Amino acid sequence: MASSLVTKPETMAAESALKFEALEAQATALLEIFRRAGYEQVAPSIIQPADIFLDQIGESIRSRTYVFTDLAGDELCLRPDLTVPVSRLYLERHPSADWPARYCYNGPAFRFQPDRRNQAHPREFRQAGIECFGETDREGADVEVVLLAVEAVRSAGLKDFRLRFGDIALFYALLDALSLPERWRLKLRHYFWRPPVFHALLARLARGERPNGDGLVMALADRLAGLPSERAEELVGAYLEGNGLPLSGNRSLSEITARLLDHAADLRADPLPREVATVIDYYLAVSGPPKEAAGRVAMIAKGAGIDLGPALYALVNRFGRLEASGIDLSACTFATEFGRNLEYYSGLVFQIEAGGERDADQIAGGGRYDGLLAHIGAPREVPAIGSAIHTERLLAAVERGS
Amino acid sequence: MAANLSIAVPSKGRLKDQASELFERAGIGLRKSGHERGYRGALAGLDGVEVVYLSAAEIVHQLKAGGVHLGVTGEDLIRETLGDVDGSVEFLRPLGFGRADVVVAVPDCWIDVGGMADLEDVAAQFARAHGRRLRVATKYMNLTRRFFAGHGVTGYRIVESVGATEATPAAGTAELIVDITTTGTTLRANNLKVLEDGLILKSQAHLFASRVASWDASATKLRDAILTRLKP
Repeated sequence: MASSLVTKPETMAAESALKFEALEAQATALLEIFRRAGYEQVAPSIIQPADIFLDQIGESIRSRTYVFTDLAGDELCLRPDLTVPVSRLYLERHPSADWPARYCYNGPAFRFQPDRRNQAHPREFRQAGIECFGETDREGADVEVVLLAVEAVRSAGLKDFRLRFGDIALFYALLDALSLPERWRLKLRHYFWRPPVFHALLARLARGERPNGDGLVMALADRLAGLPSERAEELVGAYLEGNGLPLSGNRSLSEITARLLDHAADLRADPLPREVATVIDYYLAVSGPPKEAAGRVAMIAKGAGIDLGPALYALVNRFGRLEASGIDLSACTFATEFGRNLEYYSGLVFQIEAGGERDADQIAGGGRYDGLLAHIGAPREVPAIGSAIHTERLLAAVERGS
Repeated sequence: MAANLSIAVPSKGRLKDQASELFERAGIGLRKSGHERGYRGALAGLDGVEVVYLSAAEIVHQLKAGGVHLGVTGEDLIRETLGDVDGSVEFLRPLGFGRADVVVAVPDCWIDVGGMADLEDVAAQFARAHGRRLRVATKYMNLTRRFFAGHGVTGYRIVESVGATEATPAAGTAELIVDITTTGTTLRANNLKVLEDGLILKSQAHLFASRVASWDASATKLRDAILTRLKP
């Protein structure tokens, strides 16, 4: 009878229990390679405070993270990846974050799969990986981590794969070198992580579109133009008081004023020069074999009369060192767009792909995240780069290949 | 007596009263079986129907699981709770009560913020100034996520709120909210304003049918009989 108020039980075979022995053997071999390279094995907590993930990675990950409140009222989660837990472990051991450390791990991570879980998208999966903290020779560490990830998947039996690279720092260098008002530079940096909106923003700036909004507020913004910030704050404070609008929501008077001053500047600003927008568009369209792509970036910079400085040098130099270490660059792609989805990356990003472009083919990924540790409590910025292997996908790709 | 069709109605609050009136007007009033505080009942003059009294949220779950054939609940809860709305339920009839707008509201002192497009800018500025994301207090986590993603707003996080959501910005536990409003009075009293393009959903109560319940000929016949009686 339909009125029995019972939900059908789901079959509950844990994904991580499938292929248990093969995965164990693979993990043992991977960890052996990492340890031999000087990476100490660690096992951070599976249950993590939810706050850190949500503040650093945001809602796109939260919607895929198992978040819960325990009996003490603490908001916790099952770790959706291991980079943040390993970073926290590093800070526990080195609170002043002044010590280089290399860690490796193998363990479960958990993600809700909104479009039904399957083999390529399990809700429990195991990541094996490495994180390298505090190494100030950044290029050296970049090369080391890429080479170690490649060695690991290769020794697991993966034969056919491609490497895809991107570089967040290079984009920032481009923005720094272009002649732009600082408020637009900040905006473009922020929107880099939101590609669909980024291009709309760029087009809007190039059209010289003026901000529009409530007439009274725009009139106020207009009066603020050119005023020193203290004077502007006084005017805005008087406006809020006069209209019975008490401050709330944790934004200060100076934050509200700063955005109105931006509005005021935008009201009077010349449009973003068409050439500048074009340089950015051209740059973000670069994709190809690393040397050609780097040459293309250099050409774009030269054409625009700007100097990308050490960032471009680092790009070229890294590829040179990878090639000298036996990486076949003809099986690699560098794309300026790549890596625009995980906001904590700050420099080199890379991915190891087996065959195609489906998610199941993304075997391993990694990148530099120099900003993350300071955000989760380190007293200073800590150079950090890591890589994680999706072990179930690696095993499946190896089995497909043999 | 075994029932041929089960219908879930809200067990408390205004939704319960309005659902009662609706069935009363249709000439098939809700009749509790057993003692006054029981959670089962029948429809007067329509044999074979079992009425189940549940919370509005539980009605959504039972429709999804096929535990009941029909249910009276809010569209907001259906859209918030069900991943696959069209595969789970059918919208049989809007009922004209339980009206509420799900909206994005910010402190009215944010005079630099008018629409959703401003929010991402504010999120970036807020992160620079405070080292953390904007917090959105709401009980509508999924509606919020979908709506914000559709507007390209990502620099925020949700804090779950199950009561007095509108007080969280003044209390400092969130910066903005997503909540229901009917007249806007509560929002104004808490110094909040709805963003120009901040209407997420115009909700009201509907009669829903479960697509996964077992529908045999007698259940279908009783459903049609109820729908005929409910004609406005």
